[in-house]
Amino acid sequence: MTDVLSPLHDEHVALGAALTSFAGWQMPLRYSSDIAEHQAVRTAAGLFDLSHMGELEISGPDAGRALDGALVGNLSALAPGRARYTMICAEDGGVIDDLVVYRLTEDRYLVVANASNVEVVREALVERLSGVAVLTDSSLATALVAVQGPLAEQIVTSLTPQAEAVSALKYYAAVDATVAGIDALVARTGYTGEDGFELFVPAEQAPALWSALLEAGTPLGLVPAGLSARDSLRLEAGMPLYGNELDRTTTPHDAGLGRVVKLDKVDDEGNPVPFVGRDALAARGEAQPTRQLVGLQGLGRRAARHGYPVTTPDGTVVGEVTSGAPSPTLGHPVAMAYVSPEHAAEGTELLVDVRGRGEQVRVVPLPFYRRPR
Amino acid sequence: MTVELPAHLHYTVEHEWLDDASPATIGITSVAADALGDIVYLELPAVGESLTAGSVIGEIESTKSVSELFSPVSGTVAEVNQAAIDDPSLVNSDPFGAGWLLKVDVAETGPVLTAEAYAAQSAG
Repeated sequence: MTDVLSPLHDEHVALGAALTSFAGWQMPLRYSSDIAEHQAVRTAAGLFDLSHMGELEISGPDAGRALDGALVGNLSALAPGRARYTMICAEDGGVIDDLVVYRLTEDRYLVVANASNVEVVREALVERLSGVAVLTDSSLATALVAVQGPLAEQIVTSLTPQAEAVSALKYYAAVDATVAGIDALVARTGYTGEDGFELFVPAEQAPALWSALLEAGTPLGLVPAGLSARDSLRLEAGMPLYGNELDRTTTPHDAGLGRVVKLDKVDDEGNPVPFVGRDALAARGEAQPTRQLVGLQGLGRRAARHGYPVTTPDGTVVGEVTSGAPSPTLGHPVAMAYVSPEHAAEGTELLVDVRGRGEQVRVVPLPFYRRPR
Repeated sequence: MTVELPAHLHYTVEHEWLDDASPATIGITSVAADALGDIVYLELPAVGESLTAGSVIGEIESTKSVSELFSPVSGTVAEVNQAAIDDPSLVNSDPFGAGWLLKVDVAETGPVLTAEAYAAQSAG
């Protein structure tokens, strides 16, 4: 199957990006240096093309109630202009995808899904919302550009007459604004552990927006950043990646995200709202966990990677690495792993089998990196 | 991407290069270095270690991935590039020069390609 090209494909080629096939899309892996792009986001700003993400619009007077029944979160309680990190689960509580849901107006929501899951999420939502709300898949018509980093606010506000409204945005809030003359939904969200914005625009307007952001940001140290930097940034920030920390066999609780499951959401009469996965997740919330997501600090130099076994010092397998890399910010390897709860306490010393040789690691709190405020 | 491959070197399908000097200098190609991204850690054999052509003799780790280093020759390690171990970014910035990895007293050379043949196979 041929990959879909981003509306910014020509820009990436002109910038000399190394492209990679990602969830059916040709996307930039890096432009020059993974580490330089990562550091730019930590110290100045990075510009990301996230047009591969899926955008599903849900509308109708009962859209909020319908989403309450379809997702684990309490979306009818979300105020217009605000966003929530939530999940869509199967009946058995397994995670189908993790999502960011924006309430655009009283009766319009925007569900942002991972590129690899757009189809399954769309199918599940069509089934779950059937007859109650209307779903429009605008994934291909919508481009998503992110500006992330401590200087993101300065860069984005320099291009909009609504600078005050954009500056005033709280984390996980969004506002319609004109940026570089282009109508955009500007959201203060991200996946890097830094302050930053995600801008949703019509696909055909993306190149003009991209060029304007690059031009305004370059003098301040903004660089275009690829998926490689995005992955190392989110790992340092302890954020889960679907397919690594989350999949159909994990529940939100396994990943330490049980808080997104709103068992207490009620309808207008005060009755509990049934939602897909509710029974399984209620039981899971009560049960003793069989495994726990932990952070691991590598004490050697060789990094643990996805799928590597985690063992006790005597070699007993007690878990598996979900993501791992040498941390550009911290200068040592970091990893996330599922381990059995008796080995999950902070400070526990374990080994990761790195291609046949045990590398020493220590359980540390997540996230590995928290931005200075 | 235009890849400039020095014509006087020999290449392997595993993306190593070596020269004709004695001892022979061994490194990885710009193709391999670019594919890995920023290299942050090199694990290389020690001086005096004996190598067998085609066997795994080390690891090259980047933020994104890790790759095994295969020996293009059988022989004995005469020198390792400590500068590259201390600053693995040399392998990215100058893979055919300052980013060399090993010097080896060669007993026997394994299968190698010309620059032209290597360029053809790594483009395909």
